[in-house]
Amino acid sequence: MKSLLMSSALAAGMYIAVSAGTASHAQAADLTLCWAAWDPANALVELSKDFEAKSGNKMHYEFVPWPNFADRMLNELNSGGKLCDLLIGDSQWIGGAAENKQYVKLNDFFDKEGIKMDDFIPATVVGYAEWPKNSPNYWAMPAFGDVVGWTYRKDWFSRPELQAEFKKKYGRDLTIPKNWDELVDIAQFFQGREIDGKKVYGAAIYTERGSEGITMGAMNALYSYGFEYQNPKKPYDLEGFVNSSDAVAGLEEYKKLYDCCTPPGHSDAYMTQDVDAYKSGQVALQMNFTFTWPGINADANVGGDKSGYFPNPAGPKGVQFAQLGGQGISVVAASDKQKEALDYIKWFGQPEIQQKWWKLGGYSALRAVVEDPSFASSQPYAKPFLDSMAIVKDFWAEPAYASLLQASQKRFHDYVVANQGSAKDALDGLVKDWKGVFEDDGKY
Amino acid sequence: MLHSPIDRVASATPPAIAARVRGLSDRAIAWLFVAPSIVLLLAINIFPLIWTIRLSFTNFRVNRPNAPIEFVGLRNYINILTDNDIWQSMQATAHFLIWTIVLQVLIGFSLAYLINKKFRGNDLWTTIIVLPMMLSPAVVGNFWTFLYQPQIGLFNYVVGFLTGNDPSSFSMIASTSLAPWAIVIVDTWMWTPFVMLICLAGLRSIPNSIYEAAECDRASKWRQFWTITIPMVLPFLMLAVLFRGIENFKMFDLVVQLTGGGPGSITELTSINLKRAAFEQWRTGYASAYAVILFVTVFGLASIYVKALNKVKQR
Repeated sequence: MKSLLMSSALAAGMYIAVSAGTASHAQAADLTLCWAAWDPANALVELSKDFEAKSGNKMHYEFVPWPNFADRMLNELNSGGKLCDLLIGDSQWIGGAAENKQYVKLNDFFDKEGIKMDDFIPATVVGYAEWPKNSPNYWAMPAFGDVVGWTYRKDWFSRPELQAEFKKKYGRDLTIPKNWDELVDIAQFFQGREIDGKKVYGAAIYTERGSEGITMGAMNALYSYGFEYQNPKKPYDLEGFVNSSDAVAGLEEYKKLYDCCTPPGHSDAYMTQDVDAYKSGQVALQMNFTFTWPGINADANVGGDKSGYFPNPAGPKGVQFAQLGGQGISVVAASDKQKEALDYIKWFGQPEIQQKWWKLGGYSALRAVVEDPSFASSQPYAKPFLDSMAIVKDFWAEPAYASLLQASQKRFHDYVVANQGSAKDALDGLVKDWKGVFEDDGKY
Repeated sequence: MLHSPIDRVASATPPAIAARVRGLSDRAIAWLFVAPSIVLLLAINIFPLIWTIRLSFTNFRVNRPNAPIEFVGLRNYINILTDNDIWQSMQATAHFLIWTIVLQVLIGFSLAYLINKKFRGNDLWTTIIVLPMMLSPAVVGNFWTFLYQPQIGLFNYVVGFLTGNDPSSFSMIASTSLAPWAIVIVDTWMWTPFVMLICLAGLRSIPNSIYEAAECDRASKWRQFWTITIPMVLPFLMLAVLFRGIENFKMFDLVVQLTGGGPGSITELTSINLKRAAFEQWRTGYASAYAVILFVTVFGLASIYVKALNKVKQR
């Protein structure tokens, strides 16, 4: 009986000790940050150790592979789930998340903490933080600046025999293309060529059908050729802008590049497939978001001096735009730990943390970092990144963006990859689809 | 007058059981046992079905919790049934369904017929043949994506070797004319063993005495095949067709992994189309109407088919 009493007392003591330990630990919040599973996320884990040390909060991460990122995270937001306290969500989600009150509006917090949106690259503020666009309503802080750009095999371009052959054929030097026509010429020049005993191809471009790939790719040609989402003077007036003759020419150019110069079977390719094609030495040019550039630069086969970087080239009229990528960081409205989440954003926005973020491989959107005189020469891709960020345009960020995106995915893939109809048909169809979506949304 | 199965169960229950449980009749005890299953069935099958039907008459979008939900009558149904894209995906589904079933039945039955012959190592062959159906469709899709790769894929290499063409001159999953066949080939590779196993069960259920009697009557092998083997295996074969038909009507993972519905929308089956409407465009009401149409189609076709199957079994 005595031993039974002793055992009970011991068990009770242990319980109290464990409970006390847990209670003291619970004072520091456990925050979960949700993002895509990619290299920058790993850099953020490293960066956030500083926040953990300073705040005492413990960071947890939910990183989802890109193909499932939108499905997973939008399900989480729509269901009011509490998994994520902080979410680095895609720029297109801002409209829906703001209108459905899924993100916390950050204006008061920014005012209180003295955080100014003027301190960030303007395009990232419009793209990642504002809803409605161009209004001072902020739902995120720009976290990761990204844009579509190009990588090229600098070592191949610099070969004297190829230089001579190219000059003879096209009457100009084999160098970074100034416009889309020159880009197609270069891709055509390399297509099917044998280099170092291996057959190589022109360009790896976005053609993916399932999520957003071909839209994120084709838009680069369309923007630079003169595509407009709507009449600048009359919102949601699409006719003659989406399907203008310039836009048609842009889509034709993208198809031309796909038909002439992509590796065999490159019909459903997005970020990963393009990186794979480039890193394996298959292609001379690669279209991809700039987040891939640090990885390319560090690669044993194609990194260092072997690769160069350039912004999306201009169209025939000299207009030059590129598709915006990247994300802002938001506090999820359903989170019970909004105060701690806001603390994280405050910490993350500090210039010294943003500087460290860039050094770890994250593209800072803070002007203090990117406008520092040392920035442009800090990495071989830093200047092309800045040049690219200066020419960005973004896809619709409307709450109905997903329907708009699915329509463009289908229309572009049908024309570019599946050879169905003409570019004009595709864009006329797109106008019809998008008008339908906006009609459903009560915009007309 | 006893009507329901529960009444019959209650009447068949010995009185001793009710006597042991105070205050409860046999009928109440029977209900107590059956009730959890009924509640579960209602909760996970019937309620969602009714809810889906209700949503199909609205403009509800799950990503717009604050928007008012309007009753739109038959608009979703009309939009779906007059949408060319949906009819195209129906055609793609029909193509996939018909060809996979035809090929799987022919090859599956032939394999079963061969395996049924007594020869050394037929158990080993059976095991080897059924391996593909044990794999996950996602793995199979990924695996065949590599096989179909124009530059390094074994499939292209074999075709190139046999035809003398450059293996990288064609792409099974990038060509609008070849992509539908690419998914038919993979599904046939994966699921023919299933049909084979069912046919094998049918073949092995035929008593030898029937063949012996036919031999006594001097019936030829061909005659035995058509008058004994085929009629007796037919119910099994029809069962296999039913299973594969229902499975392939809702085929999703394999095709998403292989082609993502492309190129263009050539291989976009109804299940992929429905998923896009429901979970990418978030058109919940519209997608519910779409799901109801598909449900009615499968249910209707399966009911007709089961009636035919029962007739064949009764012969």
